[in-house]
Amino acid sequence: MAERERRTTPPYGGVFVARTEVLDADAMARAVKRMAHEIVEANQGLTNVALIGLQTGGVALADAIREALLDIEGVDIDVGVLDVALHRDDIGLRPVLPEAETRVPFGIDGRVIVLVDDVLFTGRTIRAALDALNDFGRPRAVQLAVMVDRGHRELPIRPDYVGKNLPTRRDEIVDVSVDGVQLGEMYK
Amino acid sequence: MKHLLSIADLGAEGLKELLDLTDRFAEIGRRPIPKVPALRGKTVATLFYEDSTRTRLSFETAAKRLSADTMNVSVSTSSVQKGESIRDTVETVSAMGANAFVIRHRSAGVPHQVTQWTDAHIINAGDGWHEHPTQALLDAYTLRQTLGEIRGRHIAIVGDIKHSRVARSDVTAFALLGAEITLVAPPTLLPPSLAGWPVHVSHDLDEVIPKVDAIYVLRVQQERITDAVLPSLREYSAGYGLNLERAQRLPSHAPIMHPGPMIRGVEITSEAADLPNTVVTNQVTNGVSVRMAVLYLLIGSGVDLSSSGGANSEGDTSVGDNSVGAGTTPPPASAGQQVPPSQESAATGRGAQIALDGGLSEATAVTSSEGTSVS
Amino acid sequence: MTIQLAIRGGRVIDASGERRVDVGINDGQIVALEESIDGAAREVDAAGCVVSPGLVDMHTHLRQPGKEEAETIETGSRAAVLGGYTALLAMPNTTPAIDSAAVVREVQELGRQSLCDVEVAAAVTVGRTGEQLTPMAELAELGVKVFTDDGDGVQDARMMRRALEYGTAFDATLSQHCEVDALSEGGHMNEGAVSSRLGVPGIPAEAEELMISRDVALARLTGAKVHFQHCSTAGSVELVRAAKAAGIRVTAEAATHHFTLTDECCADYNPMFKVNPPLRTAADVAAIKAGLADGTIDAIATDHAPHTPEAKDMPFDQAPCGMLGLETALALALTELELPIETVLGLLSWRPAAIIGLSDSHGAIAVGRPANVCVFDPSESWTVDPAKLASIARNTPYAGRTVNGRVRHTVASGELVVTDGEAQR
Repeated sequence: MAERERRTTPPYGGVFVARTEVLDADAMARAVKRMAHEIVEANQGLTNVALIGLQTGGVALADAIREALLDIEGVDIDVGVLDVALHRDDIGLRPVLPEAETRVPFGIDGRVIVLVDDVLFTGRTIRAALDALNDFGRPRAVQLAVMVDRGHRELPIRPDYVGKNLPTRRDEIVDVSVDGVQLGEMYK
Repeated sequence: MKHLLSIADLGAEGLKELLDLTDRFAEIGRRPIPKVPALRGKTVATLFYEDSTRTRLSFETAAKRLSADTMNVSVSTSSVQKGESIRDTVETVSAMGANAFVIRHRSAGVPHQVTQWTDAHIINAGDGWHEHPTQALLDAYTLRQTLGEIRGRHIAIVGDIKHSRVARSDVTAFALLGAEITLVAPPTLLPPSLAGWPVHVSHDLDEVIPKVDAIYVLRVQQERITDAVLPSLREYSAGYGLNLERAQRLPSHAPIMHPGPMIRGVEITSEAADLPNTVVTNQVTNGVSVRMAVLYLLIGSGVDLSSSGGANSEGDTSVGDNSVGAGTTPPPASAGQQVPPSQESAATGRGAQIALDGGLSEATAVTSSEGTSVS
Repeated sequence: MTIQLAIRGGRVIDASGERRVDVGINDGQIVALEESIDGAAREVDAAGCVVSPGLVDMHTHLRQPGKEEAETIETGSRAAVLGGYTALLAMPNTTPAIDSAAVVREVQELGRQSLCDVEVAAAVTVGRTGEQLTPMAELAELGVKVFTDDGDGVQDARMMRRALEYGTAFDATLSQHCEVDALSEGGHMNEGAVSSRLGVPGIPAEAEELMISRDVALARLTGAKVHFQHCSTAGSVELVRAAKAAGIRVTAEAATHHFTLTDECCADYNPMFKVNPPLRTAADVAAIKAGLADGTIDAIATDHAPHTPEAKDMPFDQAPCGMLGLETALALALTELELPIETVLGLLSWRPAAIIGLSDSHGAIAVGRPANVCVFDPSESWTVDPAKLASIARNTPYAGRTVNGRVRHTVASGELVVTDGEAQR
């Protein structure tokens, strides 16, 4: 079991200790491919479909799904990235900074937007993303793709495309990386 | 950093971080609906004892784009004219729930003094000849946008340095960013002492012009003539005004900047002001973005830029464990795909805790929702 | 003979040196200096303390008449005796100015009811406007020995010359606030690196030095006595030193704050540090200290200038100039000046007494002289707390500063006005 050093700066620092490997890199690649197929199937093709990856965990996953869609359908669809920090509902409760780039270089009016994130947990990030999306226009539909759904929802939000449903305890940490998906704890 | 009173409050790192952060807010300004809910429920009071419509509007726009409420107190409409002290005005507006004051006053140091009279955040919007830090931030942001990198660049600041809060803030900001600075002014428009100022001084604009990467032209006011600081504006224009001939001898990459409002025909001629390398309107646009960044940073973010590596405001130490979530590690990638940069590297050198704070995974979100981790 | 009051066990220090004697006081006079005075009606324990002549402040703003909300002659005199002073010279920049016999008499009368000797300095010009001489001879008849437009310098050289000439008839001392308005106008602090950084308009050292050098020339021309108030710059010290070397009749004072504080104190724009002449640089402070040490500067004055909190709660450039000084001057001088204690006391007592014509009543501890005595513990350390000052105003720049030297008892004209650090009325 790999023990990987995470951040070392207190008070955020800590060491993530993985306990269980949930998906390895190959399994994750297969999940991406399956989710891509599901997107094509649900939307009867890729007409008017665009991906928006949520900063920062969803960005690479969105790129991976785009690649898979290109393989499957031969269509290179639009991909944007969205940082929802300024739409969060916990500003003032903890430090929040708009950390990463927001880039939606296409109109979203009337289109099907697939929001992409790595882990779905309470649903609050997705709520913020739905709110942020409004500032860019009015999509015909918004769908949600996540690599891991770990439960514990606090809002009425559900994913449309899931890499892996993973029951967890609240205090556990789900770590999604290029190496795969691990479940573990954070130690200071 | 609780207040923004002078550029030096930020320090070199904080200044760079704030400029980076400004990119995020500039993007909001380009959205179809340029407004985010980040400061919903917060109130920003602008307290202007000296008229400055453009600065007040810029702050007000910034506050509104962040969904803050604004209160405008201006000298002509308030009880100031009835003899109410600044202290009483500040305490009154504080009692109405202002979270931040944006203060402009003709006397240097007033924003410093006001910090003793309220718990709200104080943003200096220009105090006497002292400082105008958000102007320097927007100037630095505009320079970086135009020149790419400021380090090693040579910037000339021309005009009434002595009476200019913009010059004082700009010199500090540009120097913190590693620029070489030359002040160009007649001796009567220079401060009595430049001890400790990281600048060169010249009285010969023509000699300086071909060597600079940017020229910053300051306003020169008519009242300097009555002060016997200058013989005439005509003589000033002849020696220090930016006319077309001088502007054409600037290197082609060098922007012409001005804090506004310009007095055409005095410090700059119309022909020079209308050249394509004049970036005055960019400065105005960037002013809103920079002020959004400042307002959000002080009132909303809970992040302290100026203290690198240290703990932030209350409530964050306890979220430490849980706020580290999946979003902080590189996301998955298909076989053969480049590993995207981790947040640390994407964060342009920002302190690790800040990079982490922005983590957006669901695992991060839990920290606020659980209630147990947020005091 | 029963001694009414005996000060026992202290080190008596005055211009004649140091003695270990008890001081006996009867009917307002010192009647005995003996090794041990037993059986006095009242005894004051001075063990471990210095017994010195009462201090003499040749530069006090008492604000009465006109600004009684900041200080009155009574409260100012209480602050004075708590600070070890037994005589003050009240500056004439009141409202109305002390420029007529009526106002002089009023202040003198209020002074007689106060806790110490309040001497009156009268204005040189009517309303201190620099335009017309006050009735100097008439005022001198009333006992005025010092004339000054303090708060402002006499700008016009011809006016200053006439005042000096006229005053020689009754041996007046012209005490000058040295400031050339044309150079200082609009300034709020020392002009230099700090003012340039803070963006506060400055007052150059030359505004003071130019008037000193002019008045040195006028003193030479007229043969009159000129006293330079609150010298604050290295250049001023040098000008006074040169004038004295040339035999010109000049004297000079330095204010406590000009050897204890610098213009860096203004960095937070706290108007408590706004004063005129302004706080200068560390080099100026060093020069003032050197001038005090070598006798170039004759006296330490407080330039005690009370202002109400609302007056000082203003933007730096709108706040009035001035700071309290009476209750802190002795301790600051003892703490900050590395001089023998008798030198410090000379600067605070007998030398200013001589300049303002009080040598007969103040500045010495000798049998037959009025009993004006200050008893202080030179080593007791205490921290300045604005709330505990006797002045109505609170504008001390030394809040929170710890100093050495505390006044225990003060005897003014034979009356024990301060006992154990407490004013008795």
